[in-house]
Amino acid sequence: MIKENLNIRKTDIINRRMFVIGAAKIIIFGGIIARLFFLQITENKKYLTLSDKNRIREWKLPSVRGNIVDYFGNVIAGNLKVYQLHIIPEQVENFNYLLSRLKILLELSNKKISEIIKLRTELKPWESLIVSENLSWEKFVKINNHLYDLVGAKPVMTISRNYPFSDIYTHILGYVSEPNEEDILQNETIKERFVPGMKVGKLGLEKKLEDQLIGTNDIQRYEVNAYGRRVNQLNYQKGQQGSEIRLTLDTEIQKLSAKLLANKAGSISVMDIYSGEVLAMHSSPSYDPNLFLFGISNDEWELIINNPLKPLINKTLSGLYSPGSTIKPIVALSALENKIITPNFKVNCTGKIELYGQTFHCWKEKGHGTVDLKNAMKQSCDTYFYETARLLGVDRLKITAEKFGLGKKVLAKYFDIEKQGLFPNTIWKKNNLGKGWVLGETLITGIGQGYIQTTPIQLCLMTALIANGGYKIEPKIIVNNEPLSSLEVKRNIEAQKLINLESQLVKDKRNLEIIQKAMFSSTNEIRGTSYRSRIDNPKYQFAGKTGTAQVKRISKRERELDLKIDQIPYNDRDHALYVAYGPYVNPRYALSIIIEHGGSGSATAAPMAKELFKLIIDREELRDKQLNFEKINI
Amino acid sequence: MLGYSRLSSELSFFQKVKNLDFILIFCIILIAVISVLVMYSTDGGEFLYHTKSHLIKLLTFFSLMIIVSFLNIKFWHITSYFFYFIVLLLLIWVSIYGIKVSGSQRWINLYFIVLQPSELMKIGIILCLAKYYHRIKLKNVNSLISITVALSIILIPIILVLSQPDLGTSILIASSGLIILWLGGVKMKYFIISFFGFLISLPFIISFLKPYQKLRILTFLDPDRDPLGAGYQIIQSKIAIGSGGINGKGFLKGTQSYLEFLPEKHTDFIFTLFSEEFGFLGSIGLLLIYSIIIFRIIRIGAISRSNFAKLFCFGFAFAIFVYIVVNLSMVLGLLPIVGSPLPIMSFGGSSLLATMIGFGIVLSAKINHKQMIG
Repeated sequence: MIKENLNIRKTDIINRRMFVIGAAKIIIFGGIIARLFFLQITENKKYLTLSDKNRIREWKLPSVRGNIVDYFGNVIAGNLKVYQLHIIPEQVENFNYLLSRLKILLELSNKKISEIIKLRTELKPWESLIVSENLSWEKFVKINNHLYDLVGAKPVMTISRNYPFSDIYTHILGYVSEPNEEDILQNETIKERFVPGMKVGKLGLEKKLEDQLIGTNDIQRYEVNAYGRRVNQLNYQKGQQGSEIRLTLDTEIQKLSAKLLANKAGSISVMDIYSGEVLAMHSSPSYDPNLFLFGISNDEWELIINNPLKPLINKTLSGLYSPGSTIKPIVALSALENKIITPNFKVNCTGKIELYGQTFHCWKEKGHGTVDLKNAMKQSCDTYFYETARLLGVDRLKITAEKFGLGKKVLAKYFDIEKQGLFPNTIWKKNNLGKGWVLGETLITGIGQGYIQTTPIQLCLMTALIANGGYKIEPKIIVNNEPLSSLEVKRNIEAQKLINLESQLVKDKRNLEIIQKAMFSSTNEIRGTSYRSRIDNPKYQFAGKTGTAQVKRISKRERELDLKIDQIPYNDRDHALYVAYGPYVNPRYALSIIIEHGGSGSATAAPMAKELFKLIIDREELRDKQLNFEKINI
Repeated sequence: MLGYSRLSSELSFFQKVKNLDFILIFCIILIAVISVLVMYSTDGGEFLYHTKSHLIKLLTFFSLMIIVSFLNIKFWHITSYFFYFIVLLLLIWVSIYGIKVSGSQRWINLYFIVLQPSELMKIGIILCLAKYYHRIKLKNVNSLISITVALSIILIPIILVLSQPDLGTSILIASSGLIILWLGGVKMKYFIISFFGFLISLPFIISFLKPYQKLRILTFLDPDRDPLGAGYQIIQSKIAIGSGGINGKGFLKGTQSYLEFLPEKHTDFIFTLFSEEFGFLGSIGLLLIYSIIIFRIIRIGAISRSNFAKLFCFGFAFAIFVYIVVNLSMVLGLLPIVGSPLPIMSFGGSSLLATMIGFGIVLSAKINHKQMIG
């Protein structure tokens, strides 16, 4: 019985202690449940995000760039299907065999083969290895026909930039190519949308308008496993093509400009004198931007950079030239505005004048005899303008010249490469050269020589401002929401609506009319310098001013020397210049033409204006019909 | 007393079946079914190796459990020491001839099964100590000799298991053994004293830990220390469980699992997958079933007449509880990662075998709960 009792006591202990443990168990289970609650309910969002981050990977694909179109909607920078060949390494059965087959089919070089082998080691086995970025259609078909034999090879169709008009727009559009580190660092948008294989603007509008053109990436969302292998595609988010940009340019005029400048170094620019729209702007020679899309070959690059006519320089915007006689309308205008001369002011030209022992020659050795303003302009008498400039002084001349756009950038909004040019005055010389101004320098400035440097686009704007009656305009190359068309602006000017002190460039409009008449006679009257290039039909009739700049691109040192001509054949030949506007009775367009080392303006440049005006004016009706063309916001 | 003894030994087959604890069996089957489903999910929704193997083992060991349950509890009382020594011998065998897998020597290849004796020791230690405390006189419980003997029974297998090395199983064996000591009546103060003794000697013990074990503790303290290395398992496990939410991602839809972010998903981290797919509610449900199992075992212990059966049931119930707590705490990031399977759910024959034998003995105790053991 004692044993029994002891046994019962023992059982009691066991039961009692079990009860203690039982209580402990409940508490601990409670703790586990609390933890579960914390993880699965309180922190659920956090872990759900982490889980998605684990399993979802995004792959960005290159975006489709927006088109750039001309005024009439013709695509001048578009997108083209290209054919590529990729290899998916993990699907390849025999890599060496595949390579040897591809080598024969695509005529790959040994260098390319070793590049592919190297690439393969750098990529994950399921990542595409791009063998060829731009296959011809023939090769693409060939690959497709042999696909049964090319296990792991994947023909791909994709989209690439394309410039259908080859080289005629290069200086405006620039080109695209694969971005380098600098491109990515400098542009947040590129950085954000960067994908290997994408192309970004490297120059020109393609670069300037990158943010609008670039478009948004297509995004593929894949579920991946712990090793990064794609398990399945979750969704495909279509990106948006970049905005379409409509330019003010007319491809037909641009084409003619390119044709006229073929094999020459020079520039043609055409502008609407009221709206400021640039109708054409070509710098010759140019180069084919399509060459850069898939990396330019060394040979082609050498050809471009070694061309003595400098195809890489946009001469319209960054070529600096002495304006030569094309400056004379401004000199005359300034003198009239400052009441230095009247239209009846006469100078007797003997072929040269002497000043402080220095001789200044007129281009006509025999002299023009006694000429008034109109005749001086018409025959481009240098002596008359030496005298006028002497009376006027360079400082007053500069004020007028600046009003008419000289020494200031014209299209800086669009082009970073544009040069400012230079219109000197006494203060400028003192500040920059540390010397006092000499009267002789005023004289040569009066015929557009010396320190003065202008770009072709400045001369074009200057002519437009003379033609539109001295009304300030804002040159543009992109069609924007500017509500006023050329005709509306013109009507407003005539009704004196838009004229305020700032936009009115001249004090007395009659002075401009005098200049306009003089320019008319220069082209349309006998003995006018561009008489041979005139068009008698009033519909096309234009007024202009020739120029023959005595120097080619001049260095500062050369500039300080008194320059002598005709020493070395091509490089020291004169630049031929011509500025004009038309139609004379009802002006609408201004242009400037520069042919480097083209000889005299009347012989080389002016005849081009004749052809241009014919085309420009013929296309006017078509252009005006395009007014209601959907305007693109930029 | 004799009467009782005669009575129970005369239980007919029908009576024995009637005496089975059907609620317990039902719960075991329920968890078995869940475990097959989860295993099916770990195989990516296909009836592959793990599912098949687990199913076969379940069926085999479930049958074994029934067989065990039909043996009289007296049989287990008689064979307790023998069972313990056999397993001890196996442990020694392992330490000499065992199969080495990734640095640990834990397994014996018996050709039809790769046996992990340390898992069997989890049962062996309970059986052995239950018998020891059943037989010892109450006044001797706290004597130096008896405590020394009891501690030796625990320490010998633990040293063998630790040397494999297998910290997780050693801890589980130790806790199962110590709980019997406690239930058997060893004085509270001894536990308190040894607890503090343990705390004091902790730095010393840590210096004995293998570098990977130290790393696990460091990782536990700060899993983000090395998120792609040592901390990877616990981080991914927490992500899986946490992302399950209230209702879970749905059966076969646990992305963490089928995209292979979860390590050891068949074995120690099986709960993670379950919890990811079935969420908070599913997890609570699973815990509930386990709680019922534990409760039923305790109840069987409570109605058992013999102290041996009581001690075994209480001990085994506690052991199951500890396995669950250690496993869940580990996958929930509450404890460092020590290898410890979740009973029935985890893939692994030996653990399942030991658990099922345990259940079998518990059921035997239920059938023979009126049986007195002298």
